[in-house]
Amino acid sequence: MAQFFYHTLVGQICLMLLETLAVLVPLLIGVAYLTLMERKVMAAMQRRRGPNVNGAFGLLQAFADAIKMIVKETVIPAGANRGLFLFAPFLTFSLAMVAWAVIPTGNGLAVANINVGILYLLAISSLGVYGILIAGWASNSKYAFLGGLRSAAQMVSYEVSIGLVIVSVLLAVGSLNLNDIVLAQRHVWFCLPMFPMFVVFFISALAETNRAPFDLPEGESELVAGFFVEYSSLAFGLFFLGEYANMILMSSMVSILFLGGWLPPLGIAPLTWIPGPLWLIFKILFCLFVFIWVRATFPRYRYDQLMRLGWKVFLPFSLLWMIGTAGFLMVTGLLPHSGGVN
Amino acid sequence: MGALSNTLRSFLLKEIVSGMASTFRMMFQPKVTLNYPYEKGPLSHRFRGEHALRRYPNGEERCIACKLCEATCPAEAITIEAQERDDGSRRTTRYDIDMTKCIYCGLCEEACPVDAIVEGPNYEFATETREELMYDKNRLLANGDRWESLLARRLELDAPYR
Repeated sequence: MAQFFYHTLVGQICLMLLETLAVLVPLLIGVAYLTLMERKVMAAMQRRRGPNVNGAFGLLQAFADAIKMIVKETVIPAGANRGLFLFAPFLTFSLAMVAWAVIPTGNGLAVANINVGILYLLAISSLGVYGILIAGWASNSKYAFLGGLRSAAQMVSYEVSIGLVIVSVLLAVGSLNLNDIVLAQRHVWFCLPMFPMFVVFFISALAETNRAPFDLPEGESELVAGFFVEYSSLAFGLFFLGEYANMILMSSMVSILFLGGWLPPLGIAPLTWIPGPLWLIFKILFCLFVFIWVRATFPRYRYDQLMRLGWKVFLPFSLLWMIGTAGFLMVTGLLPHSGGVN
Repeated sequence: MGALSNTLRSFLLKEIVSGMASTFRMMFQPKVTLNYPYEKGPLSHRFRGEHALRRYPNGEERCIACKLCEATCPAEAITIEAQERDDGSRRTTRYDIDMTKCIYCGLCEEACPVDAIVEGPNYEFATETREELMYDKNRLLANGDRWESLLARRLELDAPYR
Protein backbone atom coordinates (compact mmCIF):
# COMPACT_ATOMS: atom_id res chain seq x y z
CA MET A 1 0.00 0.00 0.00
CA ALA A 2 2.74 2.42 0.98
CA GLN A 3 4.56 1.31 -2.15
CA PHE A 4 1.55 2.37 -4.27
CA PHE A 5 1.12 5.76 -2.61
CA TYR A 6 4.75 6.83 -2.50
CA HIS A 7 6.36 5.29 -5.56
CA THR A 8 3.86 5.55 -8.45
CA LEU A 9 2.54 8.67 -10.11
CA VAL A 10 -1.11 7.59 -9.90
CA GLY A 11 -0.57 6.73 -6.25
CA GLN A 12 0.86 10.15 -5.49
CA ILE A 13 -2.03 11.88 -7.23
CA CYS A 14 -4.48 9.72 -5.26
CA LEU A 15 -2.67 10.55 -2.04
CA MET A 16 -2.85 14.26 -2.92
CA LEU A 17 -6.60 14.05 -3.56
CA LEU A 18 -7.17 12.13 -0.32
CA GLU A 19 -5.18 14.71 1.65
CA THR A 20 -7.16 17.52 0.04
CA LEU A 21 -10.45 15.82 0.87
CA ALA A 22 -9.28 15.18 4.42
CA VAL A 23 -8.88 18.95 4.83
CA LEU A 24 -11.83 20.22 2.79
CA VAL A 25 -14.60 17.94 4.04
CA PRO A 26 -14.09 18.76 7.74
CA LEU A 27 -13.69 22.41 6.73
CA LEU A 28 -17.04 22.54 4.91
CA ILE A 29 -18.80 20.73 7.76
CA GLY A 30 -17.08 23.18 10.09
CA VAL A 31 -18.44 26.10 8.08
CA ALA A 32 -21.96 24.64 8.23
CA TYR A 33 -21.77 24.28 11.99
CA LEU A 34 -20.07 27.65 12.43
CA THR A 35 -23.22 29.32 11.11
CA LEU A 36 -25.24 27.37 13.66
CA MET A 37 -22.74 28.17 16.43
CA GLU A 38 -22.90 31.85 15.54
CA ARG A 39 -26.69 31.87 15.74
CA LYS A 40 -26.72 29.90 18.99
CA VAL A 41 -24.04 31.98 20.73
CA MET A 42 -25.53 35.28 19.58
CA ALA A 43 -28.93 34.07 20.76
CA ALA A 44 -27.54 33.11 24.15
CA MET A 45 -25.84 36.50 24.57
CA GLN A 46 -29.07 38.25 23.66
CA ARG A 47 -30.98 35.91 25.97
CA ARG A 48 -32.87 34.28 23.12
CA ARG A 49 -33.06 30.60 22.23
CA GLY A 50 -31.75 30.44 18.66
CA PRO A 51 -32.65 27.69 16.19
CA ASN A 52 -33.87 24.63 18.09
CA VAL A 53 -36.55 23.01 15.95
CA ASN A 54 -34.62 21.21 13.16
CA GLY A 55 -33.08 18.18 14.82
CA ALA A 56 -31.85 18.05 18.42
CA PHE A 57 -30.77 21.57 19.51
CA GLY A 58 -31.28 22.71 15.89
CA LEU A 59 -28.32 20.63 14.68
CA LEU A 60 -29.91 20.12 11.26
CA GLN A 61 -30.60 23.85 10.78
CA ALA A 62 -27.38 24.34 8.79
CA PHE A 63 -28.43 21.68 6.29
CA ALA A 64 -31.95 23.03 6.02
CA ASP A 65 -30.47 26.43 5.17
CA ALA A 66 -28.12 24.89 2.62
CA ILE A 67 -30.95 23.05 0.85
CA LYS A 68 -33.05 26.21 0.81
CA MET A 69 -30.16 28.16 -0.69
CA ILE A 70 -29.45 25.56 -3.40
CA VAL A 71 -33.03 25.21 -4.67
CA LYS A 72 -33.46 28.97 -5.13
CA GLU A 73 -33.09 30.69 -8.48
CA THR A 74 -29.83 32.43 -9.46
CA VAL A 75 -30.86 35.89 -10.59
CA ILE A 76 -28.39 37.69 -12.88
CA PRO A 77 -29.19 41.40 -13.10
CA ALA A 78 -29.78 42.77 -16.61
CA GLY A 79 -26.91 45.30 -16.43
CA ALA A 80 -24.39 42.93 -14.86
CA ASN A 81 -21.27 41.63 -16.51
CA ARG A 82 -22.31 37.97 -16.68
CA GLY A 83 -18.92 36.34 -16.74
CA LEU A 84 -17.35 38.33 -13.93
CA PHE A 85 -20.58 38.28 -11.94
CA LEU A 86 -20.45 34.50 -11.77
CA PHE A 87 -16.66 34.35 -11.45
CA ALA A 88 -16.48 36.50 -8.29
CA PRO A 89 -18.18 34.10 -5.83
CA PHE A 90 -16.22 31.21 -7.31
CA LEU A 91 -12.96 33.12 -6.78
CA THR A 92 -13.82 34.08 -3.20
CA PHE A 93 -14.76 30.51 -2.35
CA SER A 94 -11.79 28.83 -3.98
CA LEU A 95 -9.29 31.28 -2.42
CA ALA A 96 -10.76 30.57 1.00
CA MET A 97 -10.20 26.86 0.31
CA VAL A 98 -6.68 26.87 -1.20
CA ALA A 99 -5.22 28.73 1.78
CA TRP A 100 -5.80 25.61 3.85
CA ALA A 101 -3.06 23.76 1.97
CA VAL A 102 -0.35 25.08 4.29
CA ILE A 103 -2.07 25.00 7.69
CA PRO A 104 -0.25 22.40 9.82
CA THR A 105 -2.59 20.36 12.01
CA GLY A 106 0.23 18.47 13.71
CA ASN A 107 4.02 18.24 13.51
CA GLY A 108 4.58 18.16 9.73
CA LEU A 109 0.90 17.40 9.15
CA ALA A 110 0.05 19.80 6.35
CA VAL A 111 -1.02 19.16 2.76
CA ALA A 112 1.96 21.24 1.66
CA ASN A 113 4.66 21.89 4.25
CA ILE A 114 6.36 24.67 2.29
CA ASN A 115 9.13 26.95 3.49
CA VAL A 116 7.28 30.19 2.78
CA GLY A 117 3.95 29.09 4.29
CA ILE A 118 3.24 32.39 6.00
CA LEU A 119 3.94 34.37 2.82
CA TYR A 120 1.59 32.05 0.93
CA LEU A 121 -1.14 32.70 3.53
CA LEU A 122 -0.60 36.45 3.34
CA ALA A 123 -0.73 36.36 -0.46
CA ILE A 124 -3.90 34.26 -0.61
CA SER A 125 -5.70 36.37 1.97
CA SER A 126 -4.73 39.52 0.04
CA LEU A 127 -6.08 38.02 -3.18
CA GLY A 128 -9.41 37.58 -1.40
CA VAL A 129 -10.13 41.26 -1.94
CA TYR A 130 -10.39 40.65 -5.70
CA GLY A 131 -13.46 38.47 -5.32
CA ILE A 132 -15.19 41.25 -3.43
CA LEU A 133 -14.01 44.00 -5.78
CA ILE A 134 -15.10 42.05 -8.87
CA ALA A 135 -18.45 41.24 -7.31
CA GLY A 136 -19.02 44.88 -6.43
CA TRP A 137 -18.13 46.09 -9.91
CA ALA A 138 -19.77 43.34 -11.98
CA SER A 139 -23.14 43.69 -10.21
CA ASN A 140 -23.64 47.13 -11.78
CA SER A 141 -25.41 48.36 -8.65
CA LYS A 142 -24.50 51.39 -6.56
CA TYR A 143 -24.77 49.56 -3.24
CA ALA A 144 -22.65 46.66 -4.40
CA PHE A 145 -20.11 49.11 -5.86
CA LEU A 146 -19.82 51.13 -2.64
CA GLY A 147 -19.57 47.92 -0.63
CA GLY A 148 -16.79 46.65 -2.87
CA LEU A 149 -14.87 49.95 -2.62
CA ARG A 150 -15.12 50.03 1.15
CA SER A 151 -14.07 46.45 1.41
CA ALA A 152 -11.03 46.95 -0.79
CA ALA A 153 -9.86 49.99 1.18
CA GLN A 154 -10.47 48.27 4.49
CA MET A 155 -8.74 45.01 3.66
CA VAL A 156 -5.72 46.74 2.19
CA SER A 157 -5.34 49.02 5.25
CA TYR A 158 -5.48 46.22 7.76
CA GLU A 159 -3.23 43.94 5.76
CA VAL A 160 -0.42 46.43 6.37
CA SER A 161 -0.62 46.03 10.13
CA ILE A 162 -1.17 42.28 9.82
CA GLY A 163 2.03 42.13 7.79
CA LEU A 164 4.00 44.02 10.44
CA VAL A 165 2.62 41.82 13.21
CA ILE A 166 3.65 38.74 11.27
CA VAL A 167 7.13 40.21 10.75
CA SER A 168 7.60 40.69 14.49
CA VAL A 169 6.59 37.06 15.05
CA LEU A 170 8.95 35.94 12.31
CA LEU A 171 11.82 37.86 13.95
CA ALA A 172 11.39 35.74 17.04
CA VAL A 173 11.09 32.50 15.04
CA GLY A 174 13.65 32.93 12.29
CA SER A 175 11.66 30.93 9.74
CA LEU A 176 8.73 31.45 7.36
CA ASN A 177 7.65 27.83 7.74
CA LEU A 178 4.40 27.51 9.71
CA ASN A 179 5.63 24.26 11.21
CA ASP A 180 8.72 26.02 12.60
CA ILE A 181 6.57 28.90 13.87
CA VAL A 182 4.56 26.46 15.97
CA LEU A 183 7.63 24.54 17.16
CA ALA A 184 9.25 27.82 18.28
CA GLN A 185 6.39 28.13 20.79
CA ARG A 186 7.25 24.91 22.64
CA HIS A 187 8.30 26.81 25.77
CA VAL A 188 6.00 29.81 25.73
CA TRP A 189 3.17 30.75 23.38
CA PHE A 190 3.76 34.04 21.59
CA CYS A 191 0.48 35.45 22.92
CA LEU A 192 2.24 36.02 26.28
CA PRO A 193 5.44 37.94 25.36
CA MET A 194 3.69 39.63 22.41
CA PHE A 195 0.29 40.17 23.96
CA PRO A 196 -0.27 43.63 22.39
CA MET A 197 0.56 42.21 18.95
CA PHE A 198 -1.87 39.35 19.63
CA VAL A 199 -4.64 41.89 20.23
CA VAL A 200 -3.68 43.97 17.18
CA PHE A 201 -3.61 40.84 15.02
CA PHE A 202 -6.97 39.66 16.29
CA ILE A 203 -8.65 43.02 15.67
CA SER A 204 -7.06 43.23 12.22
CA ALA A 205 -8.32 39.71 11.52
CA LEU A 206 -11.83 40.94 12.31
CA ALA A 207 -11.38 43.75 9.78
CA GLU A 208 -9.77 41.43 7.25
CA THR A 209 -12.73 39.03 7.29
CA ASN A 210 -15.25 41.91 7.23
CA ARG A 211 -16.70 40.86 10.56
CA ALA A 212 -18.52 43.03 13.08
CA PRO A 213 -17.65 45.63 14.31
CA PHE A 214 -15.87 46.25 10.97
CA ASP A 215 -18.59 44.86 8.69
CA LEU A 216 -18.92 48.12 6.75
CA PRO A 217 -18.74 46.43 3.33
CA GLU A 218 -22.04 44.77 4.09
CA GLY A 219 -23.39 47.50 6.41
CA GLU A 220 -27.03 46.56 5.96
CA SER A 221 -28.33 49.81 7.40
CA GLU A 222 -26.79 51.89 4.60
CA LEU A 223 -25.75 49.48 1.82
CA VAL A 224 -28.52 46.85 2.08
CA ALA A 225 -26.04 43.94 1.98
CA GLY A 226 -22.98 45.56 0.41
CA PHE A 227 -21.04 43.82 -2.33
CA PHE A 228 -23.28 40.74 -2.55
CA VAL A 229 -26.60 42.59 -2.63
CA GLU A 230 -27.37 41.34 -6.17
CA TYR A 231 -26.46 37.73 -5.50
CA SER A 232 -28.89 34.92 -4.81
CA SER A 233 -28.96 31.17 -4.54
CA LEU A 234 -25.73 29.20 -4.96
CA ALA A 235 -23.70 32.28 -5.95
CA PHE A 236 -24.62 33.89 -2.64
CA GLY A 237 -23.99 30.57 -0.94
CA LEU A 238 -20.43 30.52 -2.25
CA PHE A 239 -19.78 34.01 -0.85
CA PHE A 240 -21.24 32.90 2.44
CA LEU A 241 -19.12 29.75 2.56
CA GLY A 242 -16.04 31.74 1.57
CA GLU A 243 -16.64 34.34 4.28
CA TYR A 244 -17.03 31.74 7.00
CA ALA A 245 -14.13 29.64 5.71
CA ASN A 246 -12.03 32.83 5.90
CA MET A 247 -13.11 33.28 9.50
CA ILE A 248 -11.92 29.76 10.30
CA LEU A 249 -8.70 30.41 8.38
CA MET A 250 -8.00 33.63 10.30
CA SER A 251 -8.73 31.81 13.57
CA SER A 252 -6.25 29.11 12.63
CA MET A 253 -3.68 31.79 11.79
CA VAL A 254 -4.20 33.35 15.22
CA SER A 255 -3.82 29.88 16.75
CA ILE A 256 -0.64 29.11 14.83
CA LEU A 257 1.06 32.48 15.27
CA PHE A 258 0.13 33.20 18.88
CA LEU A 259 -1.58 30.25 20.56
CA GLY A 260 0.96 27.54 19.81
CA GLY A 261 -0.89 25.70 17.02
CA TRP A 262 -1.24 22.02 17.84
CA LEU A 263 0.86 22.23 21.03
CA PRO A 264 -0.83 21.67 24.39
CA PRO A 265 -0.65 24.58 26.86
CA LEU A 266 1.86 22.70 29.04
CA GLY A 267 4.03 19.78 28.04
CA ILE A 268 2.87 17.58 30.96
CA ALA A 269 1.17 14.21 30.93
CA PRO A 270 -2.64 14.54 30.84
CA LEU A 271 -2.48 17.41 28.33
CA THR A 272 -0.09 15.67 25.94
CA TRP A 273 -2.44 12.65 25.66
CA ILE A 274 -4.87 14.74 23.59
CA PRO A 275 -3.69 14.56 19.96
CA GLY A 276 -2.33 17.71 18.30
CA PRO A 277 -5.08 18.25 15.69
CA LEU A 278 -7.63 18.31 18.53
CA TRP A 279 -5.68 21.03 20.33
CA LEU A 280 -5.64 23.07 17.13
CA ILE A 281 -9.39 22.57 16.75
CA PHE A 282 -9.97 23.69 20.36
CA LYS A 283 -7.94 26.83 19.76
CA ILE A 284 -9.73 27.59 16.48
CA LEU A 285 -13.06 27.12 18.22
CA PHE A 286 -12.00 29.48 20.97
CA CYS A 287 -11.02 32.14 18.42
CA LEU A 288 -14.28 31.68 16.53
CA PHE A 289 -16.17 32.04 19.78
CA VAL A 290 -14.41 35.36 20.38
CA PHE A 291 -15.28 36.43 16.79
CA ILE A 292 -18.94 35.81 17.55
CA TRP A 293 -18.67 37.25 21.04
CA VAL A 294 -17.30 40.50 19.60
CA ARG A 295 -20.11 40.60 17.06
CA ALA A 296 -22.70 40.19 19.79
CA THR A 297 -21.13 42.96 21.88
CA PHE A 298 -20.10 45.92 19.73
CA PRO A 299 -21.90 48.26 17.33
CA ARG A 300 -20.44 48.91 13.88
CA TYR A 301 -17.52 51.32 13.48
CA ARG A 302 -17.94 54.46 11.43
CA TYR A 303 -15.88 54.43 8.23
CA ASP A 304 -13.49 57.24 9.19
CA GLN A 305 -12.98 55.68 12.63
CA LEU A 306 -12.08 52.44 10.93
CA MET A 307 -9.46 54.14 8.78
CA ARG A 308 -8.12 56.13 11.74
CA LEU A 309 -7.71 52.95 13.78
CA GLY A 310 -5.98 51.15 10.94
CA TRP A 311 -3.54 53.84 9.81
CA LYS A 312 -3.03 56.04 12.87
CA VAL A 313 -3.09 53.49 15.69
CA PHE A 314 -2.31 49.97 14.51
CA LEU A 315 0.24 50.81 11.86
CA PRO A 316 2.57 52.98 14.02
CA PHE A 317 2.05 50.75 17.03
CA SER A 318 2.92 47.53 15.24
CA LEU A 319 5.84 49.23 13.48
CA LEU A 320 7.23 50.41 16.83
CA TRP A 321 6.71 47.00 18.34
CA MET A 322 8.49 45.34 15.44
CA ILE A 323 11.49 47.63 15.83
CA GLY A 324 11.39 47.05 19.59
CA THR A 325 11.33 43.28 19.11
CA ALA A 326 14.22 43.39 16.68
CA GLY A 327 16.27 45.60 19.02
CA PHE A 328 15.50 43.44 22.04
CA LEU A 329 16.51 40.27 20.21
CA MET A 330 19.72 41.86 18.98
CA VAL A 331 20.72 43.24 22.37
CA THR A 332 20.01 40.03 24.29
CA GLY A 333 21.53 37.86 21.57
CA LEU A 334 18.36 35.77 21.29
CA LEU A 335 18.04 36.42 17.56
CA PRO A 336 17.48 32.99 16.00
CA HIS A 337 19.84 31.77 13.29
CA SER A 338 18.40 31.30 9.85
CA GLY A 339 16.85 27.88 9.46
CA GLY A 340 14.81 28.21 12.63
CA VAL A 341 14.62 25.69 15.42
CA ASN A 342 14.70 22.54 13.32
CA MET B 1 -3.61 63.38 35.09
CA GLY B 2 -7.03 62.98 33.52
CA ALA B 3 -5.56 62.84 30.03
CA LEU B 4 -3.03 60.26 31.14
CA SER B 5 -5.60 57.98 32.72
CA ASN B 6 -7.85 58.35 29.68
CA THR B 7 -5.02 57.32 27.36
CA LEU B 8 -4.17 54.41 29.63
CA ARG B 9 -7.80 53.33 29.70
CA SER B 10 -8.12 53.32 25.94
CA PHE B 11 -4.80 51.49 25.50
CA LEU B 12 -5.76 48.82 28.00
CA LEU B 13 -9.15 48.43 26.22
CA LYS B 14 -10.97 48.83 29.52
CA GLU B 15 -14.36 49.63 27.99
CA ILE B 16 -14.04 46.85 25.44
CA VAL B 17 -13.24 44.27 28.10
CA SER B 18 -16.05 45.39 30.39
CA GLY B 19 -18.50 45.32 27.48
CA MET B 20 -17.47 41.83 26.54
CA ALA B 21 -17.71 40.69 30.16
CA SER B 22 -21.25 41.98 30.24
CA THR B 23 -22.34 40.00 27.16
CA PHE B 24 -20.55 36.92 28.52
CA ARG B 25 -22.51 37.14 31.78
CA MET B 26 -25.74 37.39 29.79
CA MET B 27 -25.07 33.95 28.26
CA PHE B 28 -25.83 32.30 31.59
CA GLN B 29 -28.93 34.30 32.45
CA PRO B 30 -32.32 32.67 31.94
CA LYS B 31 -33.82 33.15 28.48
CA VAL B 32 -36.46 35.83 28.15
CA THR B 33 -38.12 34.49 24.99
CA LEU B 34 -40.86 31.88 24.84
CA ASN B 35 -40.18 28.53 23.15
CA TYR B 36 -43.01 29.54 20.82
CA PRO B 37 -44.68 26.62 19.13
CA TYR B 38 -44.48 24.65 22.37
CA GLU B 39 -45.01 27.55 24.77
CA LYS B 40 -47.45 30.41 24.33
CA GLY B 41 -48.00 33.77 25.94
CA PRO B 42 -51.16 34.62 27.92
CA LEU B 43 -54.19 35.95 26.01
CA SER B 44 -56.90 38.35 27.17
CA HIS B 45 -60.41 36.91 27.09
CA ARG B 46 -61.20 39.82 24.76
CA PHE B 47 -58.56 38.79 22.22
CA ARG B 48 -60.08 38.88 18.71
CA GLY B 49 -58.80 35.98 16.63
CA GLU B 50 -60.33 33.55 14.15
CA HIS B 51 -64.10 33.68 13.71
CA ALA B 52 -66.53 30.94 14.71
CA LEU B 53 -70.27 30.35 14.42
CA ARG B 54 -71.73 28.93 17.65
CA ARG B 55 -74.56 26.47 18.26
CA TYR B 56 -77.06 26.05 21.08
CA PRO B 57 -76.39 23.13 23.42
CA ASN B 58 -79.06 21.10 21.57
CA GLY B 59 -77.06 21.43 18.35
CA GLU B 60 -79.23 24.07 16.67
CA GLU B 61 -77.20 26.82 15.07
CA ARG B 62 -77.62 30.18 16.75
CA CYS B 63 -77.48 32.41 13.68
CA ILE B 64 -80.90 33.77 12.66
CA ALA B 65 -79.66 35.51 9.49
CA CYS B 66 -80.49 39.01 10.72
CA LYS B 67 -77.49 40.27 8.70
CA LEU B 68 -76.53 42.86 11.33
CA CYS B 69 -72.94 41.64 11.15
CA GLU B 70 -72.92 41.94 7.37
CA ALA B 71 -74.29 45.48 7.69
CA THR B 72 -71.85 46.59 10.37
CA CYS B 73 -68.73 45.01 8.89
CA PRO B 74 -66.45 47.96 7.94
CA ALA B 75 -64.39 45.82 5.57
CA GLU B 76 -67.44 44.24 3.89
CA ALA B 77 -65.88 40.86 4.49
CA ILE B 78 -69.14 39.06 5.39
CA THR B 79 -71.63 37.73 2.82
CA ILE B 80 -74.93 36.21 3.97
CA GLU B 81 -77.82 34.65 2.06
CA ALA B 82 -80.92 33.49 3.93
CA GLN B 83 -84.03 31.38 3.34
CA GLU B 84 -86.92 30.10 5.38
CA ARG B 85 -86.30 26.55 6.53
CA ASP B 86 -88.94 23.76 6.33
CA ASP B 87 -89.84 24.23 10.03
CA GLY B 88 -90.53 27.92 9.39
CA SER B 89 -87.41 29.33 11.10
CA ARG B 90 -85.18 31.83 9.35
CA ARG B 91 -81.67 30.43 8.71
CA THR B 92 -78.67 31.23 6.57
CA THR B 93 -78.02 29.25 3.41
CA ARG B 94 -74.69 30.91 2.98
CA TYR B 95 -72.38 32.58 5.52
CA ASP B 96 -68.98 33.53 4.08
CA ILE B 97 -66.19 35.54 5.64
CA ASP B 98 -63.27 36.65 3.54
CA MET B 99 -60.50 36.41 6.14
CA THR B 100 -58.15 38.39 3.91
CA LYS B 101 -60.49 41.38 4.00
CA CYS B 102 -61.37 41.10 7.69
CA ILE B 103 -59.68 43.63 9.95
CA TYR B 104 -60.52 41.77 13.19
CA CYS B 105 -62.33 44.80 14.67
CA GLY B 106 -64.90 42.67 16.50
CA LEU B 107 -67.92 44.74 15.36
CA CYS B 108 -69.66 41.58 14.07
CA GLU B 109 -69.68 39.96 17.47
CA GLU B 110 -70.76 43.25 19.06
CA ALA B 111 -73.67 43.42 16.62
CA CYS B 112 -74.82 39.83 16.97
CA PRO B 113 -78.05 39.65 19.06
CA VAL B 114 -77.72 35.89 19.70
CA ASP B 115 -73.95 35.54 20.25
CA ALA B 116 -73.68 33.41 17.13
CA ILE B 117 -70.70 34.95 15.34
CA VAL B 118 -67.75 35.40 17.70
CA GLU B 119 -64.05 35.93 17.37
CA GLY B 120 -62.18 33.19 19.20
CA PRO B 121 -58.76 32.87 20.83
CA ASN B 122 -57.15 31.12 17.85
CA TYR B 123 -54.52 33.11 15.98
CA GLU B 124 -52.72 30.24 14.26
CA PHE B 125 -54.70 29.82 11.07
CA ALA B 126 -52.12 30.75 8.46
CA THR B 127 -52.59 28.93 5.16
CA GLU B 128 -50.51 28.22 2.09
CA THR B 129 -53.04 29.57 -0.43
CA ARG B 130 -55.31 32.58 -0.48
CA GLU B 131 -58.37 30.44 -1.32
CA GLU B 132 -58.15 28.63 2.00
CA LEU B 133 -58.84 31.93 3.75
CA MET B 134 -62.29 32.30 2.14
CA TYR B 135 -64.26 30.77 5.01
CA ASP B 136 -67.73 29.34 4.39
CA LYS B 137 -70.48 28.41 6.78
CA ASN B 138 -69.29 24.83 7.29
CA ARG B 139 -65.82 25.99 8.21
CA LEU B 140 -67.16 28.58 10.66
CA LEU B 141 -69.52 26.10 12.31
CA ALA B 142 -66.67 23.59 12.58
CA ASN B 143 -64.60 26.30 14.29
CA GLY B 144 -67.49 26.87 16.68
CA ASP B 145 -67.65 23.18 17.55
CA ARG B 146 -63.91 23.00 18.04
CA TRP B 147 -63.57 26.03 20.32
CA GLU B 148 -67.01 26.03 22.03
CA SER B 149 -65.81 25.47 25.61
CA LEU B 150 -63.34 28.36 25.38
CA LEU B 151 -65.79 30.60 23.53
CA ALA B 152 -68.46 30.12 26.20
CA ARG B 153 -65.96 30.83 28.96
CA ARG B 154 -64.85 34.03 27.22
CA LEU B 155 -68.41 35.30 26.86
CA GLU B 156 -69.08 34.54 30.50
CA LEU B 157 -65.98 36.49 31.60
CA ASP B 158 -66.94 39.45 29.45
CA ALA B 159 -70.64 39.46 30.41
CA PRO B 160 -70.30 41.91 33.38
CA TYR B 161 -68.98 44.57 31.05
CA ARG B 162 -71.60 44.27 28.33
